[in-house]
Amino acid sequence: MSDLETFRSETKAWLEANCPAEMREPARDEADIYWGGRKATFSSDAQKQWFEVCRDKGYTVPAWPTEYGGAGLAPAEAKVLRQEMAAIGARPPLSSFGIWMLGPALLKFGTEEQKKHFLTQIARGEIRWCQGYSEPGSGSDLVSMQTFGEDKGDSWTVNGQKIWTSYADHADWIFCLVRTNKDDKYQGITFMLFDMESKGVSTKPILLISGSSPFCETFFDDVSVPKSYGENIPGYVGEINRGWDVAKYLLGHEREMISGMGGGEHTAAIGAAMNRHSAKTGDELDPMLRGDLAMFDVDALAFTAMSEKFMDEMKAGKGHPAQPNMMKYVGTELNKRRHELMMTTSGSRSLEWESEETSGGKPSKNWLRTKANSIEGGTSEVMLNVISKRILDLPGA
Amino acid sequence: MPLFHNEDQAMLADTARQFMAEEGNTTKQLRHWRDRDCPDGFGHAIWKQMGELGFTGILVSEDDGGLGMGHVEAGIVLEEIGRNLTPSPFLTSSVLAATALGKGSNDLRGRYLPGLILGESVYAVAVDETAKHRPEKITTKAEKSGNGFKLTGKKSFVVQGASADMLVVAARTSGSDGDDDGITLFAVPKDAANMSQEPVRLVDSSVASHVTFDGVDLDGDAVIGEVDGGREVLNAMLNAGRIGAAAEGVGVASGAMDMTTDYLKQRKQFGKLIGEFQALQHRAAHLYSEVEIARAVTIKAQQLLDAESENADLMISVAKAKVAKAAGLSVKEGVQMHGGIGMTDEYDIGLYMKRDRALQEFLGDAYYHAGRVAELSGY
Repeated sequence: MSDLETFRSETKAWLEANCPAEMREPARDEADIYWGGRKATFSSDAQKQWFEVCRDKGYTVPAWPTEYGGAGLAPAEAKVLRQEMAAIGARPPLSSFGIWMLGPALLKFGTEEQKKHFLTQIARGEIRWCQGYSEPGSGSDLVSMQTFGEDKGDSWTVNGQKIWTSYADHADWIFCLVRTNKDDKYQGITFMLFDMESKGVSTKPILLISGSSPFCETFFDDVSVPKSYGENIPGYVGEINRGWDVAKYLLGHEREMISGMGGGEHTAAIGAAMNRHSAKTGDELDPMLRGDLAMFDVDALAFTAMSEKFMDEMKAGKGHPAQPNMMKYVGTELNKRRHELMMTTSGSRSLEWESEETSGGKPSKNWLRTKANSIEGGTSEVMLNVISKRILDLPGA
Repeated sequence: MPLFHNEDQAMLADTARQFMAEEGNTTKQLRHWRDRDCPDGFGHAIWKQMGELGFTGILVSEDDGGLGMGHVEAGIVLEEIGRNLTPSPFLTSSVLAATALGKGSNDLRGRYLPGLILGESVYAVAVDETAKHRPEKITTKAEKSGNGFKLTGKKSFVVQGASADMLVVAARTSGSDGDDDGITLFAVPKDAANMSQEPVRLVDSSVASHVTFDGVDLDGDAVIGEVDGGREVLNAMLNAGRIGAAAEGVGVASGAMDMTTDYLKQRKQFGKLIGEFQALQHRAAHLYSEVEIARAVTIKAQQLLDAESENADLMISVAKAKVAKAAGLSVKEGVQMHGGIGMTDEYDIGLYMKRDRALQEFLGDAYYHAGRVAELSGY
C-alpha cells in the first residue's frame, strides 16, 4: 500500500471514530456553522466535540504547519482528507475569515513571531476575524479608500468608516486597510491588525434584501492602533505603506477560492432535480423551461470541466495568473442563473417568505443572496476589466 | 489524468499548428480552391501531406498501420484545421470513417485503411436523411438479396460525398424507422451501380451530396460490424465525429477571437484604439471566457471517450452544444467588431462565420445536443 493509501485508510478510520453523526448532516442554517472566537457558543454537544477533536489534531487548518496549529499535511494528503470528509458529508469543524483570508496573508507576508502568535489563535478558533476593506465611497475602486491612520510614534490614531464588513458585530479582531500616506495612492496604505473592542470602534448591521444582516458598517473614531504587539509581532502585515500588495494578494486568493467552488454543487447540473421537483408537486415542466434548463446544464457541466482544468493547471504551475478572475466571473453568473431557474421551477411556492414548508423562505432568501455573488470580492464588471487588460492585453486605462 | 496536454501531445500540437499555419492557411487552401470552383472543395495535395505527417492514421490502430492514438490527439489536429479553416477530408475520413472501419472485418480494414493512411483515399459518411441531424430515424433500406443486400433510399447533405472513394452508409435491415435495432452499416464503393449523387456547394465553400440508392447491390462483405447490430458502430462513429467537430469548432472560435482582439488593438476611431472602449472590452472578455470553457469541456469529453467512460456520451453532447454556442458567439462578435470590413470577402473573419455555420449543423446543433443532455440526465 502506498503512503497515501495508508493515510487514506487511517483518515477513514479516524473520521469514523471521531465525527459525530449529527456533524455528517448538511448545515441547515447559520447556527450550524461554528465560527469560533471569544463570544462563540456551540449550538450542540456534537458541534463542540467535533470542533475540539479537530482542533487537537490540527484539522481545523490541515495544511498549515504544525507549529502554527495545523496538521502539516502535504497537498496530496490534504486532498485525501477533503475527499474523505466529503464522502461522509462531514461539516467543516471551524469556519473563519482568519483561515480563509488573514491566514494566507500572514503565511506569505508575516514575521515568524506574528505567525506563531496569530495563526495559532486562528487555528484554535480563539479569535474571530473580520475584514475591513470597502468604504462607502470605495467599492470597485477600492484603492481610493480614505480611512486614515495618523502617525503617533508607537501607534496610529485611526479615523474613518468601513462598509460590507462581514460579521463585524460578531468579530473579535479586524484586519483593516488604513491610509497612512495621503500623497501616494497605491503605496500609502497599511494592512493593520487590531482588536474590535478598542475604544472608538462601533458596528451597525446592514439589513439586506434577503432579510439577513451578514454585513456591517464599521466606524472608527480616534481608535488607537499599536504598531507592535510584542517583539517581532508588528501590528500590521507586510510593510508600512505597502498594504496594497497584501490586499491584492488576498483579492486574488479570494477569487481563486470562490472560483474553486466551480466543481461543487453551486454550478452543477440541475435539470433532473427540477424535473423531479415538478413531478412531485404535480406541475408539468414547461417545455420552454425544459429548454432553458438543458442549456443551463450544458453551461454548468462545461464549467465543471473548466474548474477541473483550472485546478489541474494551477497545481502544475500552468495557466494564466489572471485566470481566477475569469472563473469568478463565470461561476458567480452561473450561480445566479441557477437560482433564477430554481425559483421559476418552484413557481409561487418559492415566493413564500416565512412558511415551514420552505424552511422559512429559503428558496427566495437564497435566490436573493446569490445576487451579491457577482458584486462581492470584485464585481463581474471589474473581472471583465481585468480579463481584457491582463489576459487579452487590450489597450487603455 | 490532468486536463491539459502531456508532453507528447504538446509536441504534436506544435507540429500541427506550424503545418496548418504554413500549408493550410486560407490563401493556400480555402480561398485557392474556392476561387477555382474546385468540385471537391479541398486540395488533394494537403491531404497527402497530412498522410506523410501521420495525421491521417491517428485513430487507426498500430496493427492496421496507423498511429493508434486517441481523440485528444485527433482533436489537436482538428483544432488547427479549425483555426486555419483548412478544408480537408480529415474529419469525415480520418475520424468518422476510420472509427467505423476500425470495427470492421480484416478484409474491410485491409481494403480501405492503407489508402486512408497514405492520404490518397477519401471516405464520406451517409447517415442523415433530412436537413437536420436525426440519426435516430433511419429509413434507407437494405434488403436481403442472394448472398448480399439491395440498398434503396436517400441520404442528405453527405459532406464530400462526391469526392469520396467509399461511403459509410447507415441503413435499415430490419425493424421500423425509429428502432434502435435493425441498423446495419455498409461500405459502399463510389462506382457502385444504381447510386447517384447530386452535389451542392455550401455556404462555407465545402461540397455535400444528396445521394440516391436505387437498388444498389452489395456483397455481404460490405457490412461493417454486425448485421442488424449497427447502432453500436454508428454511435461510436457519431461520438468520434461529434467530439471531432467540437474540437474543430474550438479552433474556429479561437481563430476568430484572435483575429478580433488583434483588430481591436489596431483600429482607431474617435482618436482612440477601439480596444480602449469598455463596451468592446467587456464583450471581448466575455467571449474569451466562453471560448476557454468550450476548450476545457472538449478536452474533458475527449479524455472520457479515450478512457471509454460511461460519461462520455453526456460530455460529448455538452461539448458539442457548448462549442456551438461559444463559436457562434465568437464569429458573430467578430464580424460586428470588425465593422464594415467584417462584411467584405477580403477579410477572413466572414469565412470563420461561414465555416462555423456549417460546423454547427454537422452531426447535431446546440439544440439537438442540449436536448440530448436533458434526455441522458433523465428529463
